[in-house]
Amino acid sequence: MPTLTRYHIKMGLMYFLLSLFMGVILVAQPIFNLSIDVWTLRPVFFHFLVVGWITQIIIGVAHWMFPKRSKEQPRGNLVLGWMVFICLNIGLVFRGFAEPLFFIYPESIWGWTLVLSAVLQVVAGWLFVFNIWGRVKER
Amino acid sequence: MPRLSVWMVRFSLIYLGIGMTIGGMMLWNKGIFISVDLWRLLPYHIELMLFGWVMQLVMGVAFWIVPRYTTPPRYGKTHRAWIAFAMFNIGLWLVLIQHTWLILVGRVLMLLAVVLFVVYLFPRLKPYGE
Repeated sequence: MPTLTRYHIKMGLMYFLLSLFMGVILVAQPIFNLSIDVWTLRPVFFHFLVVGWITQIIIGVAHWMFPKRSKEQPRGNLVLGWMVFICLNIGLVFRGFAEPLFFIYPESIWGWTLVLSAVLQVVAGWLFVFNIWGRVKER
Repeated sequence: MPRLSVWMVRFSLIYLGIGMTIGGMMLWNKGIFISVDLWRLLPYHIELMLFGWVMQLVMGVAFWIVPRYTTPPRYGKTHRAWIAFAMFNIGLWLVLIQHTWLILVGRVLMLLAVVLFVVYLFPRLKPYGE
């Protein structure tokens, strides 16, 4: 299994764990009368699950299993591949803490952190599409 | 990778790019406010990411990876899977128009597409060599 794939899957598993942990906290909030601020975790819960876990696993496994691009670049441009990993995960981590903090402390630096998170994730998404496109082909 | 998988995966990649861009615009708007109208994009974001990207990618990869028949045609009755691909995407586009009746028609088309895909794929779910 390529190194980049291992990194994607390991990070994906972390988001999977974290998102389900948040899911438990969200369900526990009304039962144990926890702070209403817990609900700021709801969008993070969904995005850690769908982007951090599912999408990241797909990206990692696609890098590993999709048809080779060429003899010179069997897995496409590796630098772009690592940029996808870095942008996606920095973007997600920024969102993970900035979104709840922004709801609690509006008019702060956290708003711009969310903007940065958005840009990083969009860049990661399109870079992945660009890099994997040539490997989506008939043998 | 068979031709149908190429089409499904490429469609799903385009939906991923558009879906993430829409999501990014909404997240930007959440951090630094641009317009309240950007929130109207939420259903498009969800449809594109869940159905356009994840579901269709899984279908495309399943068509490729699941064991083939030992005798030709090795992918079986592929016309069923091609029709499922067309119906699924037309259904998705109708849902994206976001008109009450078109959403219903789109959802029904997507349901029929999945029924057809399940009917196609079920016989291929067998031990290798059978």
